[in-house]
Amino acid sequence: MPLTDKTATTTTGFNLKSLLDPEAADEVIRIMQICNACRFCEGFCAVFPAMERRRDFDEHDVGYLANLCHSCGACYHSCQYAPPHEFGVNVPQALSAARIDSYAAYAWPTFLADLFRRNGTVVTLGISAGFAVTVGLMLAMISPQLFWNVHLGEGAFYQIMPHTVMAGIPMAISALVMVIFVMGWHRYWTHTGAVWGGMSALLDAVKASLTLRHLGGDTASSEFSGPGCPTADDRASNARRIYHQLTMYGFLLCFSATSAGTIYHYGFGFQAPYGYFDLPVLLGTVGGIVLCIGTGGLFAEKRRLNTAVRHESGLGMDYAFIISLFLVSFSGLLLLALRETSFMGLTLAVHLGLVYGFFLILPYSKFVHGLYRFAALIANAGEAHHEKANQLRESQ
Amino acid sequence: MSNHLMSFLAETNWDIIIVGCGNAGVCAAITAAEYDCKILIMDSAPREMRGGNTRHTRNLRAVHDSPTDVMTDHYSFEEYLDDLMRVTKGITNEHLAEVALRGSELLPAWLSERGVRFQPALTGTLDLGRTNAFFLGGGRSMLNSLCRHAESIGVTFIYDAEATNIALVDGFCEDIEVKWQGTNYRLSCKQLITASGGFEADLDWLSEGWGAAAKNFLVRGTPYNKGVVLRTLLDCGVQSVGALDQCHAVAIDARAPEYDGGISSRVDAVPFAVVLNKNAERFYDEGEDFWPKRYAIWGRLVASQPDQIAYAIIDADCLDRFMPSVFTPIIDNTIEGLAGQLGLNPTIVRQTIDVFNAACPKKPIDQTILDGNTTTGLGIEKTNWASPLVKPPFYGYPLRPGITFTYMGVAVNDRAQVLMQDGMPAANLFAAGEIMAGNVLGQGYLAGVGMTIGGVFGCIAGAEAARALNR
Repeated sequence: MPLTDKTATTTTGFNLKSLLDPEAADEVIRIMQICNACRFCEGFCAVFPAMERRRDFDEHDVGYLANLCHSCGACYHSCQYAPPHEFGVNVPQALSAARIDSYAAYAWPTFLADLFRRNGTVVTLGISAGFAVTVGLMLAMISPQLFWNVHLGEGAFYQIMPHTVMAGIPMAISALVMVIFVMGWHRYWTHTGAVWGGMSALLDAVKASLTLRHLGGDTASSEFSGPGCPTADDRASNARRIYHQLTMYGFLLCFSATSAGTIYHYGFGFQAPYGYFDLPVLLGTVGGIVLCIGTGGLFAEKRRLNTAVRHESGLGMDYAFIISLFLVSFSGLLLLALRETSFMGLTLAVHLGLVYGFFLILPYSKFVHGLYRFAALIANAGEAHHEKANQLRESQ
Repeated sequence: MSNHLMSFLAETNWDIIIVGCGNAGVCAAITAAEYDCKILIMDSAPREMRGGNTRHTRNLRAVHDSPTDVMTDHYSFEEYLDDLMRVTKGITNEHLAEVALRGSELLPAWLSERGVRFQPALTGTLDLGRTNAFFLGGGRSMLNSLCRHAESIGVTFIYDAEATNIALVDGFCEDIEVKWQGTNYRLSCKQLITASGGFEADLDWLSEGWGAAAKNFLVRGTPYNKGVVLRTLLDCGVQSVGALDQCHAVAIDARAPEYDGGISSRVDAVPFAVVLNKNAERFYDEGEDFWPKRYAIWGRLVASQPDQIAYAIIDADCLDRFMPSVFTPIIDNTIEGLAGQLGLNPTIVRQTIDVFNAACPKKPIDQTILDGNTTTGLGIEKTNWASPLVKPPFYGYPLRPGITFTYMGVAVNDRAQVLMQDGMPAANLFAAGEIMAGNVLGQGYLAGVGMTIGGVFGCIAGAEAARALNR
């Protein structure tokens, strides 16, 4: 029972007081009260120091802490109160449940929140829709004969689908996605009562994201020397951290490949397909391969994750996202391999379909974890900074 | 696991069997395994609850001459020994104490080399960062690393296996009886190391030392330490050490579970509180010293009060001065109301608090130092941090004695050999950890000294058992 009642201040008229599922939030609050009286785990990651800055917990803290947690098994396997102890403490699982619930809670528009709860199906539908639109457009615009022709040289792709359509669709989707992300971010930030800690907090969050510092298993270790976190049993490993970063960097490389292509097209008037050693293809090839390895490894690590730690209801979303990312990158590599054959049309249709579908459901897929975690990291760095400043003031 | 496996374990002629896979047992196992011994280590708990009270520990106290990456400043052997002599009031085997304390210097590095991770020196944590090395993730995490290392060098582990009897004839251990899944097995070994803990989870045995008061004790430690092995050894003519009623006991929240409450059941409010017994009387100086230096005496203090219960009462100004506890305090806007909720006589509590408040100095307290803010004119003064309880709401914590582990155990020598009643060491029987901690700890407690004794004597027991086998 919290001694004080904190309520989120909102400037936008959202009712953000009770967004989270009370059952999931109450379990986190119950566990945090036990953890905060123990604190043995404070050296593992950012969750516990953040917890120690609080004395009472409400659902706003739950939303924050849940998105700070990577749900590895470090604290679970170290916990003197883990089942079969009557306290039944399972931090990663409780925070997983709350985190999955928080994706729905912060979703905008709110009537689409439900998409998170049926995520496996939604991703499938999104990708199917992407396909249908792509193939439909292609067939409407060109003859079946042209579709199966071999197209070579500048502008070969645009024989199948005009550039304005091919680029126009993702631009429209991106604009929509950006709006949804901004709203989701705002809902998260307001609900958790996060405080902006300045540019240094932003920088710290960027650094933590680039290295996935909090999956290093030891807050005192330098960025790359941590033992990592337990996955299958109590043995620590950096495998999940490495595969996650391969996925993230692979994705960023592919994204920059697309950006480079856009600059080539509009800036220099070069038309795709580009040569194997041109920047867009180089970035895309490396990114695609890295992304395939990363998602493959991440999938295996998810499968290995100790059943006591993972939260089953979130797995569908995880798998759907990982698999669709893999398919996007793999189909891209396939297109590169087959672009000078008569299968180019088909491969292009498959790849574009997967890409459009992926971006269409992006705001309602596991992708949002990056958004809220990054926000949590900024808030966390700000808090830590304030705390340090206060300690300094007290000691003077 | 099948009966087949257990039959295999029973048919094997083990070099060394170790009872109890806590810190002491696993340190012994690793040391002996490094001498190529074939080792079986068993624990009466299931795997998740293995290792006795190690699960509830957080650090070990160790000598160091200069700052290390895990401890600040320095902590000399002499200072450590002084601290130990102060808390035990000299009731210790000084030679064995010296062995434990000298050995402590090597312990953190020895553990690190075997996979244990420490937190960097915690400068802010109650001054313990200087004297104690903290395990990253606490004792269970430390034990996981040690057990993994032991497994990797060939030590065999078995859980849910309770040692029920030891055949000790003329100081020679022939075999050991083990109950596993309802069946008794006889396991034979050349050397036996008992690291099976104290008897704190046996309330009947506790009442032999404490009388009826024991029924009001909470066991803060593991529920698996019932002292079965200890009882067997004493029945076979092993010399005992330590008084029956001596133990590590702290004042914990009376609402904590009957067993296994561990660290989070502790209440740190005492230095800022007025602590009353059930008759609404104060009974000890709450502000005698910093809490880390006093928490270990409050278990006994509460145990000696009527019905073994006490109540710590604070006002709104003090709530944020100490670590939050797992149980939300009982709250009321008036002292009388709080007294009523706690089951105390409101009129008498009011009087006691009024008298206390009137005796308090007028200046604000400073919890970072012994501020000398003392009451004046009371039968029992509060000598630091005395501040009137005036600002509502008022908060109350009910307190009970919470036992972590008992001190009465088996006498050993400096080779961790168990001594028989005639003073001669048993031929092939060793002891390490809480079962023999009473040799060093006659009374009182120093944070982290239990892990020091367990680790050092565990390593000694392992090495000596291996040496007895000419390894």
